[in-house]
Amino acid sequence: MIAAIEPSWYLIVASLLFAIGAFGLLVRNNPLVMFMCIELMLNAANLTFVALATSLGDINGQTAVFFVLVVAAAEVVVGLGILVSILRRRPGATADDLAELKG
Amino acid sequence: MNVLAQADTLPISEPEIWWFALSPLLTLVGGALLLMVVGALTPQWPRGLYAFVSAMIGGAAGVLAIFNWDDISDNGPATLVGGALAFDTFAMWSTIVISGAVVLVSMLADEYIRDTPNDGPEIYALLLVAAAGGIVMASANDLIVLFLGLETLSLAFYVLAASNRRSDASAESGLKYFLLGGFASAFFLYGIALVYGATGSTNIGEMVTSLANRGDSGNDVLALAGIALLLVGLGFKIAAAPFHVWTPDVYQGAPTPITAFMASAGKAAAFGALIRVLISGLPSFRDDWQPIIWVLAVASLVVGSFLAVVQRNVKRMLAYSSVSHAGFILVGVEAAAHTAGEADGGMGISSVQLYLLLYSVIVIGSFGVVALVAREADADLSVFDGLAKRKPLLAGAFTIFLLAQAGVPFTTGFIAKFGVIQAGVDAESYGLAIIAMVTAVIAAFVYLRIMVAMWQKDVEDDAPAITVPVSAAIAIGFAAVFTLVAGLYPSLLIDWSDAITLVR
Repeated sequence: MIAAIEPSWYLIVASLLFAIGAFGLLVRNNPLVMFMCIELMLNAANLTFVALATSLGDINGQTAVFFVLVVAAAEVVVGLGILVSILRRRPGATADDLAELKG
Repeated sequence: MNVLAQADTLPISEPEIWWFALSPLLTLVGGALLLMVVGALTPQWPRGLYAFVSAMIGGAAGVLAIFNWDDISDNGPATLVGGALAFDTFAMWSTIVISGAVVLVSMLADEYIRDTPNDGPEIYALLLVAAAGGIVMASANDLIVLFLGLETLSLAFYVLAASNRRSDASAESGLKYFLLGGFASAFFLYGIALVYGATGSTNIGEMVTSLANRGDSGNDVLALAGIALLLVGLGFKIAAAPFHVWTPDVYQGAPTPITAFMASAGKAAAFGALIRVLISGLPSFRDDWQPIIWVLAVASLVVGSFLAVVQRNVKRMLAYSSVSHAGFILVGVEAAAHTAGEADGGMGISSVQLYLLLYSVIVIGSFGVVALVAREADADLSVFDGLAKRKPLLAGAFTIFLLAQAGVPFTTGFIAKFGVIQAGVDAESYGLAIIAMVTAVIAAFVYLRIMVAMWQKDVEDDAPAITVPVSAAIAIGFAAVFTLVAGLYPSLLIDWSDAITLVR
């Protein structure tokens, strides 16, 4: 018999995922990887929603996840569109190369 | 079979939907879809028709919002769609500001967009969708709905910022905005999740009840962490220092009429969301978040005005000045925070909304002039040398906008700044009011620099000719006249803004 996993463990996992995503976005300079880090952060929030909804016995937190999934999908479409339009002009561009705007 | 039988016996309770109250929102979304579908199925429309239709849709939404305003004044505020949206004068004021921004920006964008090369329905459809998202943000009564509105607005803005396919700067600004905006949205969402854990609901009304009844035993760690994350996300959207780093790059790289829309409608929506979340939703924690608002206000005022002074590019100057304006608006939010959740809300919220309306007109006019004078992202100050000799009317209008941004009396900028500082003094935030006034003096130097370039310097010989299209001339002319007339006779607007209340 495996001991039940407490909801708080999920919250800790989610906060770790969020921290990994946030840290990754700050240290990586490949736009695609930075973008994946944002997805990781959104999914950390999703995991938090589900864990809290379970511990509160409330269904609204789980429905929120569906909204977030749709938003994340829309974000992928827009983000990849912008990325493709940049990489088509400047193949292999990293975040450091995009330094035309500064001051 | 079993499930079907069950479904018959269990009626699904649908929320009652009050269509007329939703009409401004439906007009914008329906108009955007119509423009997109009809535009795709028909050959190229005549010059300017896309912009005209977009301006008409925005105008219709604004007029419907005015009708709804009357309705609310007569019958009192309510919530819509099962408590998801608030139907109050605050929401309608934001709707009017954002719809007005759609009208003015559509007129400015017309000629500019033709050169980028995007003469089609897409830009206008995205403007309308962004406006609808902004209205949802400012009228949300549920944090998840607010998040959906925020993403609708943001996703449209990312595309609009990157929409000039001929310009590297535009693509770069789109990507920077997207990555940092997504980062901030994730913080905001995580904040919602934690506040949900602390209160058991994402509905603002239920949150307030749950927090008011939590007693002293409650563990506030989840809620406080959630509030901190919400503040990061919202601070990014309102472009408050230290979350402002994206602002100059995006404002500079985006097509200039789009920048005008971000600085007007985007700010109105983001401040609407900030007030909904903090003042409506979390008054129980006002002692905890109010100092953070104070710090954000001071940081924005100082960073915005000092960094604006060292810029050479006019679009970046205006971007930093918009950061300092965000600081001014936060002075009003901080004043409202003193009485958050109380029956007599004070004048903070009214002063914030009045500021947003007046600033929107000023900033659209300012960026409208910049769009005509400097067509690319490179809007160096030298481009404005001797503008008064080449286009005296344009230079005159720009001077009015710059004086208004500096807060000179007899312009709307003075009324706006006076309102928030009065609210701050009323709430006994004397320190913040003094800092705001001192930084306004520093920021005035920036506007003077542009005015000196326009009126004192000589024209460069190789300066490209400036053509002023009719629609842009009307929009800038209207903005200039409004800035002066409403600055001289502000009493009507102030009376209207005093009627702004939040649904409770």
